[in-house]
Amino acid sequence: MDSFIVISLIKIFVVFGALMTILAYLQWVERKVIAHIQVRPGPYRVGPHGLLQPLADVIKLITKEDLVPPYVNKVLYLAAPFLAITMALLSISVIPFGPKIQVAGYATYMQLTDLNFGVLLILAVSSMGVYGIALAGWSSNNKYALLGGLRSSAQMISYELPLSLAIAAPLLISNTLSLRKLVEVQDGWLWNWNLFHGFQYVSFIVFIIAAFAETNRVPFDLPEAENELVAGFHTEYSSMKFASFFMAEYANMVTVSCMATLLFLGGWVAPWPAKYGSGYVPVAIFAVAGVIAIWRGLNPRRKRDRFTFPPFGVVFIVVAAVFLVPLVQSALLPLFWFCAKTGAILFLFMWIRGTLPRFRYDQLMGFAWKVLFPVAMLNLLATGLAIALFS
Amino acid sequence: MELILFLVFAGIAVAAAINVVVQRHPISSAISLIAVMGSLAVLYLLLGAEFIAAAQVIVYAGAIMVLFIFVIMLLNAGGETKPGRSFIASLLGVPVLVALLALLAFFTARIYPRDTEVHFGGFRGGTAQAVGRALFTTYLLPFEITSILILIAIVGAVVLARKELE
Repeated sequence: MDSFIVISLIKIFVVFGALMTILAYLQWVERKVIAHIQVRPGPYRVGPHGLLQPLADVIKLITKEDLVPPYVNKVLYLAAPFLAITMALLSISVIPFGPKIQVAGYATYMQLTDLNFGVLLILAVSSMGVYGIALAGWSSNNKYALLGGLRSSAQMISYELPLSLAIAAPLLISNTLSLRKLVEVQDGWLWNWNLFHGFQYVSFIVFIIAAFAETNRVPFDLPEAENELVAGFHTEYSSMKFASFFMAEYANMVTVSCMATLLFLGGWVAPWPAKYGSGYVPVAIFAVAGVIAIWRGLNPRRKRDRFTFPPFGVVFIVVAAVFLVPLVQSALLPLFWFCAKTGAILFLFMWIRGTLPRFRYDQLMGFAWKVLFPVAMLNLLATGLAIALFS
Repeated sequence: MELILFLVFAGIAVAAAINVVVQRHPISSAISLIAVMGSLAVLYLLLGAEFIAAAQVIVYAGAIMVLFIFVIMLLNAGGETKPGRSFIASLLGVPVLVALLALLAFFTARIYPRDTEVHFGGFRGGTAQAVGRALFTTYLLPFEITSILILIAIVGAVVLARKELE
C-alpha cells in the first residue's frame, strides 16, 4: 500500500513535469511550424533557433501586471481560469503511455491510473471544461467576452455529440471502455489498429474534425476570432490567468491527440512486431538525424550553424544509443511510438492552422448538425451492423 | 475512508442544494446545481456505480447545465428581487420538511436493512457492461419507449419553436 502511494506520487510528478514542459514547448513548435509554412524563420533570437523562447514567455507572463477589472464578477472571474486548466490537466491521469514496466523491482503501468471507464471519464472531464470558458466570458462583463463565451459553449455542446459517436464506433470494435485494454487489443501489426482493422476511416475523420472544434482551434476558433471579438472569452484576462487559458487549450490539444492515438492508431503499439525489427526504427531515425545535423554543422550554410548544429547532432546520436540499451528499451520504445503518433496528430493541428481560413459561425453550427452528426451516426450504425453480422 | 468521502460529498451536495435556493443570482444558483450534481456523481462512484457516475457528469453536469448557463448568459438575467414572504410558509416550512425527511429515512431504513447491497429491482452492479446488459435485455421495452418519448419531445419542441419564428 505504501509503495503504491510512493510510486503513484513519483509517477504524478514525472507526468506533470513532462506535460508542463511539453505544453510550453508545443507553443514553440507551433510557432516554428507555422513560420515555416509561411516561409519565415519564426522565433530565432532567444537561444539557438529560439529554443529558450518558451522560458522567456513564461517569465514575461509571470511578471506581467495581474489586472482584475473593477466591473467583473470577481468570484467567477477568478475561478474560471482555474476551472479551465484543472479540467484540461485532469484527463492526462487516465491516459496510458506504455505497457507494464519494471522499475527497481516494482512492476507498474506507464499510466497514472487505469479505470475501466477511462473513456467516459475523459468525456466527462472534457464536458466540464466548457464551464471555464463560458464562465470566463460571462463574468468578464464585456460584450466581446460574453459573445466569445456563448459561441464556445454552443460550439462545444454541438461538437461533443459527433465526437462521442465517433468514439463509440472503435469502442464497439474493441469491446472495452478501459483505455489500456483498448490498446492491448490493437497489438501486433499495423492492420490490427482500429483505424484499419475496423475500417474506421470515417469515424477517425469525424473525430479529428470534432476535436478541432472542441479545442477551439482553427478553422473552428470562432470563440476567439480576433477580427470580430477582440480576443473572445479571454479579452479581460491578463498575466498568469491568460496563460492558464492558453495552457488549457494546449493541454486539451494534447488530450485529444492522445485519444485519437489510443482509439484509432494503436496507442504505444509499434506498427509491426518487434521480432521484425520495429525496435530499431527510433535508433535509425535519431542516428540519421544526428548524422545530418553534424554534417550540416561541418558544412555550414550560415556562420552560426557551425556552433548550433553539432551539439544537437551529438544529442541525437546519444539518444539513438540510449534506445539500444536493453534495460530501458522496454519503457522507451512504447513511449517513442506513443509520442510519435500523438506528435503526428499535433502536427496536423498546426498544419491545418497554417492552411485553412476560419469558418463562418452559421456554417460551423450547420456543419456539426447537418453533416458531422448524421455521418457519425451512420458510421456507428454500420459498424454495429458489421459486428453483429461477422463476429 | 469511504465513510469520510461519503460525509464530505454528501455535505457538499446538501450545502450546494440549499445554496441553489438561497442565491439570488441565477448564475450562482446554476453553479451550485452543478456542484450538487458533481457530488452526487461521487456518491454514485462510492456505491460502485461507475457508469451512472460518468453519465451523471456527462449528461447532467456537462450537457444540461451548460444549456442552463447558456440560456442565463443569453438572456443576461440579473439578480432577483426579494420576494414577499408568506406567513404560513415560514411557519410550516421547516417542520414539514423535517417530517418529510424523517418519513423518507424511516421507510428507507425499514425496507432496506443495513447490510443489503445497493440494487434496483433484481439488478446489481454499476459497470457499463452490467448497465448495458440490463438495458438491452430485461428493460428493453421501457428503454425503447423512453427513447421514442424523448424523440417526440424533441420534435414537439422544434414544431413549437418554428411556430414562434413565423
